[in-house]
Amino acid sequence: MSTMTSAPAAARQAPRTTPAQRMLALARAELTLLGRSKGTLVMALFVPLVMPFSVRAGASEMDLEGTGLSVGSVVLPGAIGFSLLFAVYSALVNVYAARREELVLKRLRTGELRDAEILAGAALPSVAVGLLQSVLLAAGCVALLDVGAPEAPHYAVLGLLLGLALWPVLAAATASFSRSVENAQVAAMPLLLLSFFGSGTMVPLEVMPDRVAAVCELLPLTPVVELIRGGWTGDLSAADALGALAVTVAWIGVGVFAVRRWFRWEPRR
Amino acid sequence: MTEQVIDVDGLRRTYAGGFEAVRGISFTVARGELFALLGTNGAGKTSTVEVLEGLTAPAAGHVRVLGHDPYRERNEVRPRIGMMLQEGGFPSELTVTETARMWAGCTSGARPVGDALEAVGLGRRGGTRVKQLSGGEKRRLDLAMALIGDPEVLFLDEPTTGLDAEGRRETWELVRALRERGTTVLLTTHYLEEAEQLADRLAILHEGRIAAAGTVADVVATQPSRISFELPDGYFLGDLPPLAALGVTGHELTGRTVRLRTDTLQRSATELLLWARRNGVELRGLDIRAATLEEAFLRIAREMAGTEGTSGGHGASGAHRASGTGEVLEKETA
Repeated sequence: MSTMTSAPAAARQAPRTTPAQRMLALARAELTLLGRSKGTLVMALFVPLVMPFSVRAGASEMDLEGTGLSVGSVVLPGAIGFSLLFAVYSALVNVYAARREELVLKRLRTGELRDAEILAGAALPSVAVGLLQSVLLAAGCVALLDVGAPEAPHYAVLGLLLGLALWPVLAAATASFSRSVENAQVAAMPLLLLSFFGSGTMVPLEVMPDRVAAVCELLPLTPVVELIRGGWTGDLSAADALGALAVTVAWIGVGVFAVRRWFRWEPRR
Repeated sequence: MTEQVIDVDGLRRTYAGGFEAVRGISFTVARGELFALLGTNGAGKTSTVEVLEGLTAPAAGHVRVLGHDPYRERNEVRPRIGMMLQEGGFPSELTVTETARMWAGCTSGARPVGDALEAVGLGRRGGTRVKQLSGGEKRRLDLAMALIGDPEVLFLDEPTTGLDAEGRRETWELVRALRERGTTVLLTTHYLEEAEQLADRLAILHEGRIAAAGTVADVVATQPSRISFELPDGYFLGDLPPLAALGVTGHELTGRTVRLRTDTLQRSATELLLWARRNGVELRGLDIRAATLEEAFLRIAREMAGTEGTSGGHGASGAHRASGTGEVLEKETA
């Protein structure tokens, strides 16, 4: 067909951007946007900090005799769970739906950012908020609820990191099934409710009937809560920890599959 | 030897559901050239450009941009090209400067944000939220982002759709300036004037095929020029000099209005006027008109509609084909 010659002009090579640079540039813009979105901000910052008080009220009434749990070890993992659900998951479902609606995702895909970088870069500020919040909640619970230092801190850290990796993926997967921004919150509801009641944030699995607990262990938030709780109480066996890890990794796999398969980059017309 | 910056060969694009938007087109664009894909809505312009931009893979055929497959080798291609979609967005709550900073951070060799905005006349709008920009300003911001990495190849999908006359002219100035600097530009448009004003070469797309291609002059040359006048009182068509000798290729009589078609306008017009002087008659309503791109465009659309279901166009050679079989509408002059 045609002959290709490399003209001198083509040889001019500007330094290429790296994935990290690109994601940080996007994350910076998203952080600015987060600061300007009052609704998201209230939900992300306020709710996870208030919810623990209601959990605490409930936990004081619970019959924790024989479960090896204290009020603090019920409240803290639950509080971190709420942070993941609101500051990370719910906020990001909104972000992805809104950026799609405004055709921002479509425009970003025309640049050097790859698809995964777009989703990850947009998630960074919310993930940072979730991380910061979790650390604050842990410090707060240690100071106020007499939780004591964690017995197996590595489990707690593993649980938190897994949670911070998993929930953005689930947010993107959820956004795949919502048509609009208004719809996004509705799409997020099932997983939010299921996690509230089934993942040990409000009620620890230890006080549930065995059969119910067995099913609830497979929910995406449960292993995170279990790992963090085990990190504090120190009575999580290595086998249970491995099981929790496996469940989370499986959910990440399901989420990634769903995103690759169904995520839409522009609004349906 | 000129370098082909864009090379499209037998490109086809089929959507889920089986609709074939692009039906085997081929063309090349040389470095520094401004190439326009002209066509009506639904002709397949955007479907074609999306493949060139590497946003999707072709159903068949192959595409090379800067010597690479833009879809599979996107890491090689993306940093060297810029593109502006027909519609694409920036977050409405960010300011212009924040938007540009974000985009610059994602672009290899990005120019300073201030310069990039200055270049499109948005220098003073840096602190304004995107949602407060006018439609034209948004398009200019979009263009600024497409240009921020100083791309070797620029894709513009209907860059002036939705702009007012002034905005359109400003965009044209900008595009011309880019071409002066040696940027290769591929633009799509459904404005004939835009293609006529800007394009070094163009291809007319019709229903997923290239109906004609070449320079504006090439494409126009496939269309006959026209002479029309009123037959003087007492004269009949047969009283005119032999039409073939005038270089007239087709004629038509409506009431007393004569329409002649010719590929040699000067010769036909001269002979006709000399005949009028010799006979001392006045040709009322005389109109001598060179072919325009618009006529070529409309005629091609009509012709293609007429031949739909048969072979249709054959890639870039369409211009020559059209010149061979273009005279099907009116009776031929023997």
